[in-house]
Amino acid sequence: MSKLSEKAAALLSEGTVGLVIGYEQGTHGTRPKFCRKAEDAATLILNDKCLNNIGGYLTKPELIGSGKVAVTATLAVMRTVVQLTAEHQLTDGNVIVLALDGDEVLQMASIDEIKKWLAAHPEDLSDENKALLSKLKALSREERWNFWINEMNKCIKCYACRASCPLCYCNRCIVEVNCPQWIKPWAAPLSNMEWQINRVMHMAGRCVGCGACDRACPVHIPLRLLTISMAGDIKEAFGVASGTGNIDGNVLSSFKPDDKENFIH
Amino acid sequence: MEQWLGSLIKSGKRVVAPVKHDDIVDFAVISSPAQVADDYVQTRLSAKQYVFPKAEVLFSYKKDGKDVTIDDVNTDEFPETVLWKLHPCDVAGLEPLGAIFNWDYKDSLYNARRAKTTLVTFACAASDEYCFCASVGGGPGNTDGSDVQVTMLPDGDALVELISDKGKALLTDDIKGETSSADGIDKEKFIAKVEKKFTVDEIIKKLEGSFSSPIWQEQSDRCLGCGACAYVCPTCACFDIQEDSHLHGGRRVRSWDSCGFSLFTLHTGGYNPRTTQSARWRQRVLHKFSYMPERLHVTGCTGCGRCSRACPVDMNLVEHLTEIASHE
Ligand code: SF4
Ligand code: SF4
Ligand code: SF4
Repeated sequence: MSKLSEKAAALLSEGTVGLVIGYEQGTHGTRPKFCRKAEDAATLILNDKCLNNIGGYLTKPELIGSGKVAVTATLAVMRTVVQLTAEHQLTDGNVIVLALDGDEVLQMASIDEIKKWLAAHPEDLSDENKALLSKLKALSREERWNFWINEMNKCIKCYACRASCPLCYCNRCIVEVNCPQWIKPWAAPLSNMEWQINRVMHMAGRCVGCGACDRACPVHIPLRLLTISMAGDIKEAFGVASGTGNIDGNVLSSFKPDDKENFIH
Repeated sequence: MEQWLGSLIKSGKRVVAPVKHDDIVDFAVISSPAQVADDYVQTRLSAKQYVFPKAEVLFSYKKDGKDVTIDDVNTDEFPETVLWKLHPCDVAGLEPLGAIFNWDYKDSLYNARRAKTTLVTFACAASDEYCFCASVGGGPGNTDGSDVQVTMLPDGDALVELISDKGKALLTDDIKGETSSADGIDKEKFIAKVEKKFTVDEIIKKLEGSFSSPIWQEQSDRCLGCGACAYVCPTCACFDIQEDSHLHGGRRVRSWDSCGFSLFTLHTGGYNPRTTQSARWRQRVLHKFSYMPERLHVTGCTGCGRCSRACPVDMNLVEHLTEIASHE
């Protein structure tokens, strides 16, 4: 058994946690794995092929119950835990984060510890994403609009982007509100566009850049280009890195009386 | 084949075929035989959107003071459509779909679209580990429900089986002279082999009395409750009805919905009979393998494997079903 499996099994058999959420090998890539008994932990793996953001499960009471849980964490999952805690969706100390340092298992029990680790391990955009982004930015307004309309045409409104996002934890999403109906809920080019604009606006400053939405989309709309651009805009306009648990970064849900803009006073 | 497809397109019928865009192959209306994709296992979405669109208008209305006029959809305007290069499992999906849309109420929109559709299947040359048609009564060379079935032969020729009158009517004059007898050709040699992993009867038996089994929670812990599996599925027929209303008129719209969504069963009074994802996963499996066989005498799964390929968290249906089949 790997050290990670041993650690997870120990947490479960000691009763420190009732659940360890991690990853196991799936059909092609890896997939989330829920361990409720020590034996379940035997197949746990954690490496850079673990791409689902399992931090999203932490806000689901039906899965988590009321006890402590452990989660094996990639950097994206760590950022998720930090951001969700800042948004008061998790209680600091209720989630144990297991990470790997080489083949040693680290157990982090506080947000400060996780933040320190994250600060020491910055992640930059991949070259591929940088290239795609500059290609998109080089387009004229009209070309860019056509690019997105063309992409949004494909959307089937399955909401896999929403379901896979750990920061989409609303019980009732804006697309399900029908009095008034803000966004038409059926799939159509314009309402698909409205849906994505809303989704990404709600992510402003909160998105942890895990890319889960993008990978979940069954019709391969490059949703990451939206979230990455949004994070870039937030950084530029507000000087805050998105998804780092800095509540000032939640730019659409925070208000400061001394805001430098005066139109809202 | 290209010549035949070309004359079908020229005949003015709407021809829909698999087309590659970026890294995905999906059905689309084509205007040239060159657009048809090769070398893929499965389209991402099923072909159901051509008989059951992702969003369709049921009727529209106009208001003028107290006068309201209702305009029904004119089904005569639906185009004659040839679905070209379907797989046998795409056609298999139309049987449960037709059964659902004719269960008690006869759905005129579905039936009108279906009546104007001709189905040309290509026997599958390749399959992958998600395919399990053979376990649910189908197969890569199955002709049930097809109007025409084509099997590509290694020398570039094609074996064409004209199955129904609709299929026979599709053979254009210019192509009739190009045909010869197919005697002695064993098509099994040229199609994919798909292993049988369980039988539907085994699954149906195992599902009896399974309602409270812990297996639902075990299998579905990771399920996110999105609609990807249902929307790519050729047999999922759940829909939502929405109003698109404006001051002087509006439309009633039917659009795809999914039993995987947490709000799907939310009652107006606030009660929700399926509060957990495991209850929703159970519903998905039981609907396809228990309720539909019982009420509609048809299995609600074609073994195409689309749900599993589309699932963001690898809810692999053939793996789950194999587990159910071998469960004590
Ligand atoms: S919106 Fe941001 S946090 Fe949410 S899934 Fe996409 S990349 Fe991850
Ligand atoms: S996952 Fe893709 S297809 Fe589904 S709603 Fe989101 S953008 Fe649309
Ligand atoms: S099985 Fe997969 S595709 Fe279906 S609802 Fe669950 S997460 Fe979404």
